[in-house]
Amino acid sequence: MGPNLLSNYYETASMILFGIGFTTLFMQPNLIKKVIGFDIMDSSVCLFLAAKGYVEGRLAPIVVDGVTDMSAYINPVPAGLVLTGIVVSVSVTAVSLSLIQKLYKEYHTLDMDEIMEMIKKEGD
Amino acid sequence: MKKSKILDALNKFIDGDFKITTKRKPKPERRVSTHHEPTFKERWRIWHDTKASDFFKTAYKVSSVVICLTIISILLITVSFLPEYGNPNNPANNEVSKRYIEKGLEETGAVNIVCGMILDYRAFDTFGESHVLFTAAAGVMLLMKKDKKGKEKTENFSPKRDIIVKNVAKFIIPFLLIFGIYIVLNGHISPGGGFSGGAIMGASLILFSSAFGYTKINKVITEQFTKFVIFFSLLFYACAKGYSFFTGANHLPTGIPLGEAGAILSSGLILPLNIAVGLIVTCTMYSFYSLFTKGEI
Repeated sequence: MGPNLLSNYYETASMILFGIGFTTLFMQPNLIKKVIGFDIMDSSVCLFLAAKGYVEGRLAPIVVDGVTDMSAYINPVPAGLVLTGIVVSVSVTAVSLSLIQKLYKEYHTLDMDEIMEMIKKEGD
Repeated sequence: MKKSKILDALNKFIDGDFKITTKRKPKPERRVSTHHEPTFKERWRIWHDTKASDFFKTAYKVSSVVICLTIISILLITVSFLPEYGNPNNPANNEVSKRYIEKGLEETGAVNIVCGMILDYRAFDTFGESHVLFTAAAGVMLLMKKDKKGKEKTENFSPKRDIIVKNVAKFIIPFLLIFGIYIVLNGHISPGGGFSGGAIMGASLILFSSAFGYTKINKVITEQFTKFVIFFSLLFYACAKGYSFFTGANHLPTGIPLGEAGAILSSGLILPLNIAVGLIVTCTMYSFYSLFTKGEI
């Protein structure tokens, strides 16, 4: 173990959130809960990126009083990456929820295992 | 059954046919003869048909717990080796962010450095994002749109027109729309931009349609209208940034005066691009909602 686990508390929290989302994605048979786990994973990645861009005691990257010095503002690059991530997560959530609604209309259940069994029976 | 068998045996014993009943047990022979029959494949099939699903369920749960714990521990060990949080000498604060901060205002004219970065230096990235939204809306439309046959049969999801929701919506929707427009128009001089302002405007449209019903909102926002707005916003964006293909990917000098930093009409193309992105996000958010609830826009 390295020395920075507790001083990097934002990163630690985001990784624990990532684990929670991943476990939800794996363990829950309900499809809606799987999507919720996926969204938790997305948010944890956004938290990680935002924490990596922060610098202690500096301002958000909006120019104040014409000061354009690097020592006055935090890193603007992760903010752009987080923006992209949010948009992609919204799109993925919308498409997967519409697929789930289609599945529910077809099989009348949200349980993944039951749907798989029904599909197996249909194939036989 | 057993009693009758015993009675049978007793009767036979009494009749004197005892030897036959004792000979009726060819079990060891059978075992020898059928010893070869349940091959591994057959036993596997029997086990697979009867007990396998329970076994696989527990095995899946145990292995997924093991995998999740392994991944979390690997990630936590990696985090413990990362550079310190908030340290200005971290490798992430390198010459890229230095260049954006020091030259951003001068070259793009945007006070908000992030906005200048995503809509000028990396405008194609944002163009791709808008296309991701457009593609998602098209996919949801493909999946959720009702068939024309079942149109009258399936019942619409219609929220109860509560009087409280109606009155609150009447009061709050103008302010929400104005706030969204403010955020879109001030994207280059304050926190915000096309995506956040568009999300606020889309939320106000969703509130309107759930408070006053679809018939009222369909007088303005129809499927044709949303398609038109999204298409022309994307076309405008493509035209505004596509010329850099013909100038050797050197698209920073636009020819439009950058104006005074901090004024609304400044920073060249960033303001119209913000408006285009805001319109795309608004229409996409509203079309997601109405497709999920009603099956059409």
